[in-house]
Amino acid sequence: MFLYVLKRLIYSIPIALSVSAITFSLVYLASGDPISAIAPSDAPEEIIQSLKTQYGLDQPLPIQYFKWVARAVHGDLGVSIASGRPVLSELGTSLRNTVCLALIASFIGISLGCLLGSLGGLYQDTFIDKISTFVSLIGVSIPHYWLGLLLTILFSVWLGWLPSMGASSSPFAFDFEHLKFMILPALTLSVIPTGIITRTVKSIVSEMISKEFVVALQARGLSQFTIFKHIAKNALPTVLAVGGLQIGYLMGGSILVETVFSWPGTGYLLNIAIFQRDIPLLQGIVLVLCLIFVILNLFVDVLQSLIDPRMRRGVNHD
Amino acid sequence: MGLYMQKKILNKSLLSIALLMGLTLSPLSKAETVVKYGISMADIPLTTGQPDRGAGAYQFTGHTIYDPLIAWESNISNRPGKLIPGLATAWKVDASDKNKWIFTLRKGVKFHDGSSFNADAVIWNLDKVLNDKSPQFDSKQAAQVKPRIPSIASYSKIDDSTVVINTKSEDALFPYQLPWFLISSPAQFEKVGKDWVKFASTPSGTGPFKLEKLVPRERAELVKNSTYWDKSRLAQTDRVVLIPIPDTVTRVNALISGQVDMIETPPPDAVDKLKSNGFRIVQNVTPHVWPYHFSTNPGSPWRDIRVRQAANLAIDRDAIVKLMNGLAIPAKGQLDPTNPWFGNPNFPIKYDLPKAKALMAQAGYSKDRPLKAKVIIAQGGTGQMLSLPMNEFMQQSLAEIGINIEFETVELENLYLHWRKGSLDPINAGKDITAINLGYVTADPFYALTRFMDSHYIAPNGVNWGGYSNPIVDGYIAKIKSTYDTKAQDKLLAKVHEAMVNDALMIWVVHDTNPHALSPKVKSYTQAQHWFQDLTTIKM
Repeated sequence: MFLYVLKRLIYSIPIALSVSAITFSLVYLASGDPISAIAPSDAPEEIIQSLKTQYGLDQPLPIQYFKWVARAVHGDLGVSIASGRPVLSELGTSLRNTVCLALIASFIGISLGCLLGSLGGLYQDTFIDKISTFVSLIGVSIPHYWLGLLLTILFSVWLGWLPSMGASSSPFAFDFEHLKFMILPALTLSVIPTGIITRTVKSIVSEMISKEFVVALQARGLSQFTIFKHIAKNALPTVLAVGGLQIGYLMGGSILVETVFSWPGTGYLLNIAIFQRDIPLLQGIVLVLCLIFVILNLFVDVLQSLIDPRMRRGVNHD
Repeated sequence: MGLYMQKKILNKSLLSIALLMGLTLSPLSKAETVVKYGISMADIPLTTGQPDRGAGAYQFTGHTIYDPLIAWESNISNRPGKLIPGLATAWKVDASDKNKWIFTLRKGVKFHDGSSFNADAVIWNLDKVLNDKSPQFDSKQAAQVKPRIPSIASYSKIDDSTVVINTKSEDALFPYQLPWFLISSPAQFEKVGKDWVKFASTPSGTGPFKLEKLVPRERAELVKNSTYWDKSRLAQTDRVVLIPIPDTVTRVNALISGQVDMIETPPPDAVDKLKSNGFRIVQNVTPHVWPYHFSTNPGSPWRDIRVRQAANLAIDRDAIVKLMNGLAIPAKGQLDPTNPWFGNPNFPIKYDLPKAKALMAQAGYSKDRPLKAKVIIAQGGTGQMLSLPMNEFMQQSLAEIGINIEFETVELENLYLHWRKGSLDPINAGKDITAINLGYVTADPFYALTRFMDSHYIAPNGVNWGGYSNPIVDGYIAKIKSTYDTKAQDKLLAKVHEAMVNDALMIWVVHDTNPHALSPKVKSYTQAQHWFQDLTTIKM
């Protein structure tokens, strides 16, 4: 197992490097100029050139990239061109905000998805099944930023119950004053995982219920609850894999949802970095998000193998 | 219980209630007044002295925390402001050397950190942005302000309250450059270990507000500087909280739900809803114009003045104002007619379709034999108003008189690149781009007029994008630079503007009004006719 984890961690290095190289190239392929983020629109060429020299943007692209990589492996992600602040400190607070939001959204999405999916799978062709199908369909097809706007209009503008944007101004504490800022963005973010997990769980439970071992369990006169426990145990690895991916997506932050709610997370920061062509910031965010995604996937794989001995055998053979 | 006892109990109860009310009310009467202001920027502008993010950012972290040597009057709304003394009480050009400006500095002014403002501080700040060998040189601040103070050649201290600034050549308009140059505290820079990043969180200037808290991208809290040197500009609200909300819909929702008390630039389609909910829309004439800037170079379809004038007459500006739900003013030139530099142009900018068609016919074009031209536009962004719908309106209007417009649509940052390069650069000429749609700030003579009209500024030497060259206008501009009487200067500037309109250098469409939406909690706010606004006028 240790070797497996180590191997996976080593695999993550080329993945992270490839992702950062692609991002780096894409920024340059897009029109615009990082210096535009800091120089006034009518800045003379002389100023623009001196800024390019200062930030090393006058050097060939591969050199710029390798210099960045050399610093990044030493833990130095550089300084944001637009704000002048270290990328690591910019990322720190944003990441904390996104993780808080992602955990709440994941909790809602996974709990609701498992519940509705299981009910839909167990009670096929009933009203409950129709609700489950409806929720999964809405979840995967509704544009979540649009839903965010609707929820804001309803709960903030009309009812005035919840704040429409931003985060609390004081340091985070586990109380309503802080949590109320997260309710609407977390609900909005949870819609997609709810839909996907409902659909996944429903399909697995439907499939399991017709399997021979379930029929055998029923024939032995076991209670519905006990049978369901067996089904759940068999369905869990797939649900974990899908759930893990969803948590990974949420950890990356949603550019649209965080922008709609002005939530100061990584998605919002990424949005700013893209529009300002702030390459060091953009590269830093992408690298960290990529690593989070890889580590999260690894964690899910390990968890799956702990739950399902068949997978552990596969791991050992790997 | 006897009547006496009842009265006694009643009196005691009343006394207790009165005491309680006194105790409760006294702190209330002294309660801090706070305004939460939703701004349209994605981040708080630089707080070190020279704000980034354009002219509109000076009102937030520029003229709040800092002062310039010469200020712009921004606390009046019924007329355009003018240059007024800031940290310099007087300034004059040396009679024997017209390149030498002498500034008398205000005495007794303290920075927020308690250190004194004096001539050394002025020189230190000039070095901060102009001398890259100085330890306090900050390239970020320099990048912001250097293009705004292009005339400065050198500077020196005469005594503690006098400094001299030498210009590269005679320039009577030089004082207009100085409201952009703000003075930070040298003592505070030393105190934070000569680190501008640390200075940004604990800045010190001489302005009417002190920065108490800065959370990047989330908020900046400015508190009233009660010891501000200009008592007529003491802040009327104790605390101003700036909250960046770049998305327009989110900004409106935040206002309606009470999370903020005022917002910048409400979208036109939200105006009716805001008004019906009791919010006030405040707007004013603003030094901004939304134009099509023509190339007048050989080969450009706009070289013929009849075509340029016809294009101006083909636009129904009132309809565009309607499209903007009233958040714009029809343009009659580069400047609003209330501006002292407007003058009296012979060619009236108005909607006159028959005359436009007649001019096009004279030039040899009609709907059946149209003129074709390519215009570069932005998808949107600061100053571009409702870029795409407005450009579509322009396209339809011009087609009516036989001008078929094709658009090259780019991001705003990319549009700036095309702008700086000029119309003859292959980046534009190679794509047959002969007009550019870019919202212009027209706040001072240079920004409004001379940068577009002076042949010395033909791109890439400046932003005379279309290569306009008129020896008479060049003569006016040369004369302006040696005219020190403001009224005479205004008259000459008016002549430049008249020439600009008569020659129809651009299609002038509308002026932005820099609208704000205020909740009923905001008792007053004076919106100046400028991008510089005075946040001390906000009263809750």
